[in-house]
Amino acid sequence: MAFDPRFQGIPRPVNVGFMALTAAAAMLFNMLPWRDVIGLPDLLALVIAFWCVHEPRKMGIGFAWALGLLMDAGNGALMGQHAFAYAILAFGAIALHRRILWFSPWAQAAHVLILLVASQLLMLLVRMAAGGAYPGLGYFIGPVIAAALWPVATYVLLLPQRRPRHSDEPRSI
Amino acid sequence: MDYQPPPFFSRGPAPLVRLMFFISLAVLLMVLDARFRYTESLRQVVAVVVYPLQRLALLPVDLANGAADYFTSLVTLKHENEQLKTRQLESANDLLTLESLRAENVQLRRMLDAQEQLPRKATFAEILYMSRDPFSRKVVIDKGSQQGLQTGQAVIDDVGVIGQVTRVYPLLSEVTLVTDREQAIPAQIVRNGLRAVVYGGSDPGTLELRYMPTNADIQNGDVLVTSGIDGTYPEGLPVARVVKIERDAAYAFAKVSCVATTGPDRHRQVLVLAYDWKQPPPPPQAADQAPKPAAKAKRPKRP
Repeated sequence: MAFDPRFQGIPRPVNVGFMALTAAAAMLFNMLPWRDVIGLPDLLALVIAFWCVHEPRKMGIGFAWALGLLMDAGNGALMGQHAFAYAILAFGAIALHRRILWFSPWAQAAHVLILLVASQLLMLLVRMAAGGAYPGLGYFIGPVIAAALWPVATYVLLLPQRRPRHSDEPRSI
Repeated sequence: MDYQPPPFFSRGPAPLVRLMFFISLAVLLMVLDARFRYTESLRQVVAVVVYPLQRLALLPVDLANGAADYFTSLVTLKHENEQLKTRQLESANDLLTLESLRAENVQLRRMLDAQEQLPRKATFAEILYMSRDPFSRKVVIDKGSQQGLQTGQAVIDDVGVIGQVTRVYPLLSEVTLVTDREQAIPAQIVRNGLRAVVYGGSDPGTLELRYMPTNADIQNGDVLVTSGIDGTYPEGLPVARVVKIERDAAYAFAKVSCVATTGPDRHRQVLVLAYDWKQPPPPPQAADQAPKPAAKAKRPKRP
């Protein structure tokens, strides 16, 4: 599993309900009424990238696309804009998933940074082509912060899988 | 018998194939939305799915507002009350004269055989949040098609125009601010009655007058109000104030920058004005166009 010297055991299989819950929580964070906060991380993109890296058979391009469509409708953005960016993000994460987990968490974050910036850049290009206003360079602070949260996401999102199988068994974490 | 791998190895289409499929679907949606606005019904359906999440996301804000209200001290309220009383006294005089002026105005208009200006129906709404889309300037208000809102209605506050309802959901509406780049308002300069169209500017919070000749009579500090030509915005609502004019002989048009009179940050409460579209009189060419169908009929039909 992930690069984690403390964890020796075999992790439990992922719970699909937990994956859906994290995606919903990330979307809730994105929909909080942030005013004009610059450099707001797109947590949903981070969660999608995370599950595509860790569970590429359960989280795929199609789900990422559908989540993007929900974001578009909720944000009043151009229909298909987030769906487009998230689909490409998911593809990049799935393409990387075999090698990325051999790196240390911060090196993984660097990989993810490139994916997140690329998806953000795609959205920028799409919106500029559709006649939107240029939001300024602060737009690219968000992906940097999101990538910096990757080690945190690795710890938090894998917690349920690291529980011991039986409550009387000694904890291996 | 041809060889096939056991079904538990099958993983469906290759990722690249899936990617291409979903990208083309997304591009199709984007083109349909940006160019033709065909995706509104799909958006309505998806928005209903997201609506509970949106309400949940607004909960912390409501809680914070409630707490702030609770801790407003008595002194502040007393002070505010006194201020309001004095202001009411000040405006009482104006109100009294307003009545007589209104009656006089109605009479004069009747004499001029002009259309009588009827007071419009207004809906009270509250701003819920700014849209998170960084490419446009929109706010979301808490009234929707259930409350009778329609796209195209003007949104104002006590100082001036805020924007226009551009998208209506069952319980929410999206208001495009006057500072959005895609938003245009027919306006008029108070000082000399010069008409212009105000567009959203490229910098946040600014507006601009496009296509004004370099010798146009515009000065710094000129106030722009709605001209009421389009029937969407009532006449005479302040929109913007001119702050900078750049006249360059190399360009045919002057660059006029303005700042908005009001914005969504001032108040949470806004008024949505009912759409008051009066059918324009039929154009005088109607008589000339009458024989056209006959001409059409003469055209030989294709086999």
